Amino acid sequence: MKFGVVVFPGSNCDHDTYHVLKKVLGAGVFYIWHKETSLRLFDAIILPGGFSYGDYLRVGAVARFSPVMKEIVKYAKEGGPVLGICNGFQILLETGLLPGALIANDGLRFLCQDVYLKVKNSDTVFTNAYEKDRVLKMPIAHYSGNYFANDEILKRLHDEDRIAFQYCNADGDESDQINPNGSKHGIAGIFNENKNVLGMMPHPERAAEKILASEDGLGIFKSLLERN
Amino acid sequence: MWKAKIVVTYKPGILDPEAKTIQHALGNLGYRHIQEVEAGRYFEVQFDKTLNKEDAESLTKEICDKILSNPVIQKYRYELKEVD
Repeated sequence: MKFGVVVFPGSNCDHDTYHVLKKVLGAGVFYIWHKETSLRLFDAIILPGGFSYGDYLRVGAVARFSPVMKEIVKYAKEGGPVLGICNGFQILLETGLLPGALIANDGLRFLCQDVYLKVKNSDTVFTNAYEKDRVLKMPIAHYSGNYFANDEILKRLHDEDRIAFQYCNADGDESDQINPNGSKHGIAGIFNENKNVLGMMPHPERAAEKILASEDGLGIFKSLLERN
Repeated sequence: MWKAKIVVTYKPGILDPEAKTIQHALGNLGYRHIQEVEAGRYFEVQFDKTLNKEDAESLTKEICDKILSNPVIQKYRYELKEVD
């Protein structure tokens, strides 16, 4: 099993993600420079968090045109697993691999805090290490994490079981007051139609070791690792 | 030569927290007759002399659709000006 972690100018969670895969899980992992055009080697690709291209224009808008992204679209269309975390999620939306958009948080503040999220679908390559409805604790760190999609898309996401994670409290309550950033339906992460692409705002790689006060994020990487 | 002046704003119904904050700040400053504030991004794109007006217009639309705006949440308008 070989993971590839994409590095854009401005990525800053690439090393954390690499560390978790290599040191915590002992998996094979390689960096992929954004100019790379061959992804044949890899069994799963991760777009890490950060501020690719300084967030110029719109978050993720410039990274979308990196040479590697054309290959990632091809890779995803052929069924390869692609995980986008935070800025990686924003890039996947701009690329069109996932529907909707991420706009500025409701309170116009950068949010850096622990949140709770509920696993809404545990039957995917990214979430099979969890039970459904399990409550996970991991941090968010973003300014543009307010998920927006029109009613038609939101209905499809619900109907097709494509909501991966929803913000909740420690007891699993998902009511509106718990939503940290204004996301529609409290959405924290979504899948594509075939559920081989996942985008999420919270950072599982920052909650994958005891020393970080939560290991709840490890399940995502474990799910990918043990899927075969 | 042609120059495109492009304004990208949010579509109606999409909450623009920046515009709301500016509107709120204007209220705090005592301005009482402001009903709505819209915020956006402004671009000027200078084309080279090989493009006529028609080409400049179709290229403007193309780059607006492809990169300068995100059609999920934004709309754009533009005007073309002839410059020296």
